[in-house]
Amino acid sequence: MESTEALIDCQSVWKVFGDRSDEAIRAIAERDLTKQDILRQYNCVVGVSNASLQVRRGEIFCIMGLSGSGKSTLIRLLNRLIEPSLGRIMVKGRDIAALDAAELRQMRARHIGMVFQSVALLPQRTVLENAAFGLEVQGVPRDQRNRAAEAALAKVGLSDWKARFPAELSGGMQQRVGLARALTSDPEIILMDEPFSALDPLIRRQLQDEFRQLTKDLGKSAVFITHDLDEAIRIGDRIAIMKDGIIIQTGTAEEIVVNPADQYVADFVAGISRLHLIRAHSVMQPLVRWQGVTDGLPRCSPDADIDALIGLITSSGSDAVAVEEGGRLLGIVTIRDLLLGVRGETEARAA
Amino acid sequence: MSFNPGAFLAPAVDWLNASFHPFFALITQVIEAVLSTIEAAFLALPPAGLVAAVVVLAAMAAGLRVAVLAGCCLGFCWLTGLWQASMQTIALVLVAVLIAVAIAFPLGIIAARRPGVEAALRPILDVMQTVPPWVYLIPAVMIFSLGRVPAIIATIVYGIPPMLRLTTLAFRTVPNDLKELGQAIGAKPRAILWKIEFPAARPTLLVGLNQCILLSLAMVVLAGLVGAGGLGAEVTRGLTRMEMGLGLRAGLAIVAVAVLLDRLSRGALDRQRKGA
Repeated sequence: MESTEALIDCQSVWKVFGDRSDEAIRAIAERDLTKQDILRQYNCVVGVSNASLQVRRGEIFCIMGLSGSGKSTLIRLLNRLIEPSLGRIMVKGRDIAALDAAELRQMRARHIGMVFQSVALLPQRTVLENAAFGLEVQGVPRDQRNRAAEAALAKVGLSDWKARFPAELSGGMQQRVGLARALTSDPEIILMDEPFSALDPLIRRQLQDEFRQLTKDLGKSAVFITHDLDEAIRIGDRIAIMKDGIIIQTGTAEEIVVNPADQYVADFVAGISRLHLIRAHSVMQPLVRWQGVTDGLPRCSPDADIDALIGLITSSGSDAVAVEEGGRLLGIVTIRDLLLGVRGETEARAA
Repeated sequence: MSFNPGAFLAPAVDWLNASFHPFFALITQVIEAVLSTIEAAFLALPPAGLVAAVVVLAAMAAGLRVAVLAGCCLGFCWLTGLWQASMQTIALVLVAVLIAVAIAFPLGIIAARRPGVEAALRPILDVMQTVPPWVYLIPAVMIFSLGRVPAIIATIVYGIPPMLRLTTLAFRTVPNDLKELGQAIGAKPRAILWKIEFPAARPTLLVGLNQCILLSLAMVVLAGLVGAGGLGAEVTRGLTRMEMGLGLRAGLAIVAVAVLLDRLSRGALDRQRKGA
């Protein structure tokens, strides 16, 4: 299996809520109706509108949107906690709408873990019992499930807390238990529904880094919901931005910052620091436009970020940096390019 | 012109009585047998022995304070000379509550899941709770004749609504994220019910059980009117003979039994929750 294979493939998925949702869906399939039309004509709310996305193996895919943007509905469509009204959702190559109740339980138990914003720990069970709960309901013997849960708790650094009850833990620790519970059954895909939103900023940042590291180390794929663009950039390999049930743009953090799809996204990314996001290959100009010599210039790779480029220029006293890969020169970054880059603009757009 | 539902109901009851007599006779026999067994078990031990046993069990299950209180309540029943009547009453309440819960708990869960069922049950429950309880006794006596069986049937009818309503409330207020968790980890519906919903619903369920016990006790006393025996019979005797002393003793014994059942059930269940 190649690494770019799509573990989750959402194709034109719609979710419409309301008493007359059947009629509304038929109307959507036949005519091209907007969200406002549906609300006016059928009194139905469109939760997710024509959403398509692919989550690749080993990737952390963030869905960023404000409240009411449909992101929580979208993530629940991925493990069929909510039934889609229209469209197809393939998980590991299987159409999950076609699974019967037992197959769906198997799919959720084995392949799709989920972590909730509210953590949803069972208060009358210890940390260990909570972490082992997924395996318990699958009927795994106590010894075996406790071993798996202990291993998962060790990964999130909670080995010393396994005999405690959830109420004795801080919010950040509780969310680690939630993560351990999802890891215990060793799923390939982890759905994270705003897991860190309720935590204070310092703990949140720490958990973000730990989560990213852990996911990459274990080779898991994750879909991560957040309303915080900083969090999406920090964690996500790719980001989808949602508004009013529609995915407006999908791409890497750099692609979105450099090339926002519309004014809404542009306003969103306006406050994001470019220093670590934009890389040399986005801001460099072609060699032919550089009139000076290239010999004395400091060198960098195409993946060097603006912060590193500024470091090179200030320390060397030169007014440009040459971008090279494998000994071959690709382009030049001048101070002007850097300044534009800090503002999130590239030469092409500024010119 | 007047509307007289009794004109329709009385023949219906007569018809039930004539057509299903063997069925009602069977119910009577089963309930009598269960009641007699429990009563015999209570009365087999000497009162002092039973008091001691209850105190020890209460101390283990619900703590020292509850144990002392239980001892005082039972001791009072014994010292006032109403031991046998008290035991009869407790046996009646226990059997009535058991049957009421067995009916109300599953119905309550179904009502919590299906709004249609709840809408259908609500007016029935309203009627069950607002019609004066004496009225239940009339058809019960017509079908089961005098004695403990009509008393216990009427008590069950009276005990079901609080348990059912609070069961519905308890299951409806289980946090949605916990139910979602159950689905997301691929739990079977039965596992979601017993491992997630039931523990979360438990505090409210306990309130329902407690209400069911106390209302059943009130009804069992009232049922003394139809020959249910127990403390209710003593109160009725005190009333009909205008014996202030007997009425007061029996009344206080009822209070003692009520306190005993209330604290024991609540204490035992609270303790379990903390320990779990």
